[in-house]
Amino acid sequence: MLQPKPKSNVLEKRAEIIAGLKAVLPERAVIGDDVSLKPYETDGLSAYKQMPLAVVLPENEAQVVAVMKFCHLHGIRIIPRGAGTSLSGGALPLADAVVIGMMRMNKILDVNYADRYAVVQPGVTNIAITQAVQDEEFFYAPDPSSQLACMIGGNVSMNSGGAHCLKYGVTANNLLGLRMVTIEGEVLEIGGKHMDAAGYDWLGLITGSEGQLGVLTEVTVRILHSPEGARAMLAGFASNEVAGACVDAIISSGIIPVALEFMDKPAIHACEDFAHAGYPLDAEALLIIEVEGSETEQTEMLARIRDICAAYHPVSMRVSQTAEESAAIWKGRKGAFGAVGRISPDYLCMDGTIPTSQLPNVLKRMQQMSDDYGLKVANIFHAGDGNLHPLIMFDANDVESFHKAEAFGADILKLCVEVGGCLTGEHGVGIEKRDLMSVQFTPAELDQQRRIKTAFDPDWLLNPSKVFPLSGLSAAA
Amino acid sequence: MMTPDTEEALAAVIRAANGPLLVQGNGTKSGMLRPVQAAATLSTSSLSGITLYAPNELVMSAKAGTRLSDIETALAAAGQQMICEPPHIHGDNQTIGGIVATNLSGPRRVTGGAMRDHVLGVRAVNGSGEILKFGGRVLKNVTGLDVAKLLTGSFGTLAVMTEVTFKVLPVSEATGTIVLRGLDAEQGVAALSAGLGSPFFVTGAAYLPAEKQALLRIEDFATSVKYRTEKLAAQLGAYGAVEILGTDDSKALWRNIRDCKFLDISEAVWRLSVVPSAGPAILRALAPLGVTGFLDWGGGLVNLAGPADQATHDAVCQAARAAGGTWWLMQAPEPLRTVVDALPPEPEALAAIRARVQASFDPRGILNPGRLRAA
Ligand SMILES: Cc1cc2nc3c(=O)[nH]c(=O)nc-3n(C[C@H](O)[C@H](O)[C@H](O)COP(=O)(O)OP(=O)(O)OC[C@H]3O[C@@H](n4cnc5c(N)ncnc54)[C@H](O)[C@@H]3O)c2cc1C
Ligand SMILES: Cc1cc2nc3c(=O)[nH]c(=O)nc-3n(C[C@H](O)[C@H](O)[C@H](O)COP(=O)(O)OP(=O)(O)OC[C@H]3O[C@@H](n4cnc5c(N)ncnc54)[C@H](O)[C@@H]3O)c2cc1C
Repeated sequence: MLQPKPKSNVLEKRAEIIAGLKAVLPERAVIGDDVSLKPYETDGLSAYKQMPLAVVLPENEAQVVAVMKFCHLHGIRIIPRGAGTSLSGGALPLADAVVIGMMRMNKILDVNYADRYAVVQPGVTNIAITQAVQDEEFFYAPDPSSQLACMIGGNVSMNSGGAHCLKYGVTANNLLGLRMVTIEGEVLEIGGKHMDAAGYDWLGLITGSEGQLGVLTEVTVRILHSPEGARAMLAGFASNEVAGACVDAIISSGIIPVALEFMDKPAIHACEDFAHAGYPLDAEALLIIEVEGSETEQTEMLARIRDICAAYHPVSMRVSQTAEESAAIWKGRKGAFGAVGRISPDYLCMDGTIPTSQLPNVLKRMQQMSDDYGLKVANIFHAGDGNLHPLIMFDANDVESFHKAEAFGADILKLCVEVGGCLTGEHGVGIEKRDLMSVQFTPAELDQQRRIKTAFDPDWLLNPSKVFPLSGLSAAA
Repeated sequence: MMTPDTEEALAAVIRAANGPLLVQGNGTKSGMLRPVQAAATLSTSSLSGITLYAPNELVMSAKAGTRLSDIETALAAAGQQMICEPPHIHGDNQTIGGIVATNLSGPRRVTGGAMRDHVLGVRAVNGSGEILKFGGRVLKNVTGLDVAKLLTGSFGTLAVMTEVTFKVLPVSEATGTIVLRGLDAEQGVAALSAGLGSPFFVTGAAYLPAEKQALLRIEDFATSVKYRTEKLAAQLGAYGAVEILGTDDSKALWRNIRDCKFLDISEAVWRLSVVPSAGPAILRALAPLGVTGFLDWGGGLVNLAGPADQATHDAVCQAARAAGGTWWLMQAPEPLRTVVDALPPEPEALAAIRARVQASFDPRGILNPGRLRAA
């Protein structure tokens, strides 16, 4: 992976910089020794590793401001970091950068049920928001599979999705306000506790900006009342084509289930081995469909869906009868990455989006690529919204195998763009897809985005070398 | 007025411009916010037509000058609709580009999201005449900065959109409305909050002060609507006398709420967005000034009308500010619109960034100068 040349003037002054950070922060908030820095050298894209110059763990916004002012003054690069679960290398350090880790800013500041919002610090985990409000039967809707670990600041920066975003939307659709510290150390208040902002939609621009525009110090999210209940069903089909056609038929019928997930045969087997959820092992493709509402509403909706599925000759169909059964079904799906990890310790998780009608075509071409590269792939797919997660299995001890996996992944993403989709539906560009950006965007489109980045961060100190291709830099000048 | 009929021609107009351009669709919203001083007008009205409609993928693309009414007709033919229910306050001539550029949403915004939540992609020409596309036609997309969202609600000040792509949803089989009568504004909003804080997925929540009514809408399959309106009515019965409206009556009622028919449109019109619980006090505080209005979005959207003078405008802004919210001056005579803050002023740090972002799209400052704020 090509990285920008570290600033030699920064590397040379490492001891001074660490001392300087300790002068503006409490001693315990600065990490400068190699042993303690080790856990920060990588994120969820663990194939890439780089030790940072130092890590700071601020405990409040004033400390974030102090770090930003210090780094800005000295021209030091900054890598914001939440839980480090990014699958695109969004939180990967640079040798001459200070990582600013948000995990100590982990308080829930305010919850209001009448006005239906929660104000939280960026280091609060995704699940902790729901846990804080579930006694009142409320929840925070976006539910990435990594929700036990990932933090709301990371979710906002990646605009993360979840299995239920077909009904509830992604992170961007569930936010009301932010506080963000700019590279100059100014605190911006974006939005508030109300809906919509007059003027530009900064909230929308900052969401998904992958740490390029500033460091988030506070997030106000919408909270919703939980549905009366939810139930999942499974339908296994004889081919990907048939399952894809069935997805089309469900959506066309006017039913929008709360979740509509797709797995291909390798994924079904991996997940069943792990979760024992009763997935049909003889099916080529499996749909997990979930509906919400009262018992009667669930029954009626599932009956409609079963009727639609029946027309596609499912090899098996099963409606969960108990909460435990539904939980087991979801355990398989949410644990899918781990399950594939049990078959092949090393895999790359891709994340393109395609128009849903292209599913059979894309899966067929992906199988062809899999044969050509000689690497296995398992597919997990948010079928309702076209977000595809091919998991490419490789052997990390074999450099050749890793390079092949990367090339295979790039080919899949190019295919996604070719059929009318995009490079990433929820995991972000990070370092992983940086150099593929020119497949989706023209130079003028990339330059327009670079100019927006420059408007916030004129010296490109914030999470540099991510999102934008390294090549073509001169074009932005 | 220049009305290019291709994107290329529109880009050429912008490149050739040697002064400010008034950018518009059919000009139905030129009374909103501030007036633009420009010698030339650039309209998207000749860029018209639906370019993609895939009902099974819940997505539609249309050229920016396509009339909203044409879009709604095409959607209705396939049993689908715009999710955010754009108001038809400005007649039938409004364009989809104008709806996106103003981020105008109706009652369903409260739980279904605003226009900005459903824009999937845009094609646009920036102030340098470059043709750019951002986002796409798929429902999930985090590739690069979300410029499509930034352009949504930017009132033509960053780029001229030539085509927009957005998510749509099926029209529900049935609609039901719970009408609670005899409630003052505080009780009304408390009832709306209780409804929105219930498991019954309310898709509209408005309060009409003159009628003393709180209204809650449910949209879904017929049996679900019946079940949920009855459950909710029982739960909210303590707030006041309850009546349940069926599908046809509900649709007519919510169309009127969407189009602000309950607003006594006098000289000036404002739209405030605040936390729902702050809505009632705003109505009460402004009433002595001759300002009247009604509440939507669970109480958080305060639609107001009143005298068009500086003192009244200041009082409206102060009320929004005190509630931690925001405002838009939706309509007023031009002299007032020229001198007041049509939107809340920006703090200095944000203003500096905004100016740089604006210059990054439109370095010559020719697209709708002064539309949002005095130059
Ligand atoms: C097993 C597994 C399952 C996953 N499932 C899903 C899924 O279902 N859906 C999904 O969308 N993603 C998923 N992810 C990806 C990942 O969890 C998300 O991208 C998540 O939002 C990252 O959060 P984090 O706190 O770990 O952030 P990090 O990985 O630490 O950071 C992510 C990015 O955000 C920036 N950032 C973090 N905090 C801040 C801040 N306060 N201010 C500014 N920038 C900041 C970082 O610089 C980086 O660019 C999964 C990951 C794993 C490992
Ligand atoms: C306008 C601008 C656009 C940038 N675009 C990208 C990008 O698309 N992708 C990415 O990964 N990083 C981008 N950067 C960040 C910058 O290139 C990184 O800091 C880069 O990794 C620096 O590497 P270097 O070894 O050249 O650094 P240095 O040796 O520190 O850079 C040398 C000088 O060149 C300037 N410079 C570097 N790149 C540019 C540029 N593109 N335009 C104008 N001046 C520049 C710097 O300000 C610095 O003064 C951009 C920076 C700027 C100022």
